[in-house]
Amino acid sequence: MADIELQRVEKRFGEQYAVRPLDLSIKNGEFVALLGPSGCGKTTTLRMIAGLETVSRGKIILNGQDVTWLKPSQRDVAMVFQFFALYPHLTAWQNIAFPLQAEGDSRENIKRRVKEVAELLQIEPLLKLRPGALSSGDQQRIALARALVRRPSCFLMDEPLGALDADFRETMRSEIKRMHILQNATTVYVTHDQIEAMAMADRIVVMSQGVVQQVGTPAEVYHAPSNLFVAQFIGSPGMNLVRGTWADGVVALPGGNRYTPPLHWPAALNRGLDGDGVIVGFRPEAVMISPHGPLAASVYSVDLHGAYTMLVLEMGDDHSIHARVSRDAHFSVGETVRFDLVPTAVRFFDPRSERAIQA
Amino acid sequence: MAISTTSAQINYATRVDKVGTRYQITRSLRIAVILFYAVVSLIPVFWMVTAAFKSRPDVVAIPPKVIFEPTIEGFISLLTKRVLLPPGMVEEYKQRADLSFAERVMAERGQRITGPSQYGQRLLNSVIVASASTVLSVLLGVLAAYAFSRFNVPGKGDLLFFILSTRMLPPVVVTIPIFLMYQQLRLYDTHLGLILLYTVFNLSFAVWLLKGFIDEIPREYEEAALVDGYSRLQAFRKVVLPQAITGIAATFVFCLIFAWNEYAFALMLTSERARTAPPSIPTVLGTGGIEWSAIAAGTLGFLIPVIIVTFALRDYLLRGVTFGALRK
Repeated sequence: MADIELQRVEKRFGEQYAVRPLDLSIKNGEFVALLGPSGCGKTTTLRMIAGLETVSRGKIILNGQDVTWLKPSQRDVAMVFQFFALYPHLTAWQNIAFPLQAEGDSRENIKRRVKEVAELLQIEPLLKLRPGALSSGDQQRIALARALVRRPSCFLMDEPLGALDADFRETMRSEIKRMHILQNATTVYVTHDQIEAMAMADRIVVMSQGVVQQVGTPAEVYHAPSNLFVAQFIGSPGMNLVRGTWADGVVALPGGNRYTPPLHWPAALNRGLDGDGVIVGFRPEAVMISPHGPLAASVYSVDLHGAYTMLVLEMGDDHSIHARVSRDAHFSVGETVRFDLVPTAVRFFDPRSERAIQA
Repeated sequence: MAISTTSAQINYATRVDKVGTRYQITRSLRIAVILFYAVVSLIPVFWMVTAAFKSRPDVVAIPPKVIFEPTIEGFISLLTKRVLLPPGMVEEYKQRADLSFAERVMAERGQRITGPSQYGQRLLNSVIVASASTVLSVLLGVLAAYAFSRFNVPGKGDLLFFILSTRMLPPVVVTIPIFLMYQQLRLYDTHLGLILLYTVFNLSFAVWLLKGFIDEIPREYEEAALVDGYSRLQAFRKVVLPQAITGIAATFVFCLIFAWNEYAFALMLTSERARTAPPSIPTVLGTGGIEWSAIAAGTLGFLIPVIIVTFALRDYLLRGVTFGALRK
């Protein structure tokens, strides 16, 4: 239904940048998540697309049309707010019908369309109630219905699940995902919850301090973070990052460990590193415990998670790393374990630029 | 089985802290204090209501009469102009067959009704001036408050302070300049003159009060309406106004009461045509002495419209005077 294109879009409040010049193009039908810690500019970006925030510089193109200076009502977008923003003085039915009344649709049409969307979301029994009488989950369903009923060219969602209870969030997550698949409408979804972004999005835009850190599929962002911020921000716990020095084809790590990078890396490291410092990054699940592994660390704590066990290891003084191991394995605190890293899952970063080294 | 019967007899809902002697005593004390305060506050109202129905000797009786024979003498005196009949003619006048009920009542006091008084007109003036100025100040106030609440008005703080500062001057200070200006502008003794003045006075109050209420309404509602396809003004009308209704009602009543009660300017700036009730009620001087029952009747009549409005808006007010504290 719609492509969204942001060209060098930026937002300043006085001298302060909320969003630094940003380029992003979202294809028709794509589900894009803007992910980042609070204050990173993701909501501001969304609000600029909606037209609720003016653009300091740059262009927003919606479906081939420059909408940078159009009012929100002229943009054919629908928005779902974090706190639902259901009109408290109107019933659920009136809330859903509200945008249709703005279009001046006929009474019968409005009735029919509200009924359709209510059936789709299974909210017919709630239609006569006011938002105050609804649970937060049902309120969010009504808010979703209000957005869906117009069949807009794109959906903008600002942390729509942020105000819901944890167990309900999952249900709504799959509901939103299902809606997206059914409607195939372009969706921009703002969240600070990486699990939501990972589970729902076709592509994730990771933002921090008004700057886009990385744009990629959930797998790319997870496995090949483009810089230290993304590496730490994505995953819980984040990627293990161990500082070392690169010399003579070997990375010297704390605790006297020496790690030989997999075959395709040395050339890239020689090329990409500025100086001899290097940061080795690997996910907790990239740790393979093996008695003959090249690396050694002592067990600091053993956390049982049920499906797996998370070890906190200490590599030299105060360099702790996480390792995800089988739940059947047994470790005791203080014990020294030897391990290797899955060769395809190891990443290297330059400590000065904080960027990933490309193999 | 035995155990379950026993436990069923225990009233688990009884709160220990609410059955103790100490709690009972403080509770009774509290109620006593409140009752005492209510009685003290209501005595003048009680005096006024009873006085309105008392005959002339009963009003001034000492000690005051609590039980008395009600009469509407006071109301008749309030609404009519009368002359004192010469002593010799009273009996003769009473014998006349064409006397109305009111005339008969007043004849008992040796008075003859000569025509209606101006009380009705004065009360009507009060209604016109108070309602027009209240509607105007709430209307302008809600628009200004919305702008101050939502937009980056240049010099917002200074403007708000300036608006408030109009309240800092004791009104008496400006009565004479305003009186002179009004004479030049031909606003003296006109409804418009009082309406303008009261609107200006109430506007500062309305803006500040309403701004507080509108600040409490999350912007998200309007933003949702903007995205839903409405213009800013439509969003204001359809989304903000309905939610500000409690605040609007509270402001309305406050402004109305001010305009309704205003005395000093009404006294200075009106004489005949536009004179409102407050300055005219104390001047209900009858033939020979102060007509306390007529004054009390006039005050009662003056009180009723405010009671009606406040009562009509009571639901909004209850929520409104908590200043949004109970808003979900």
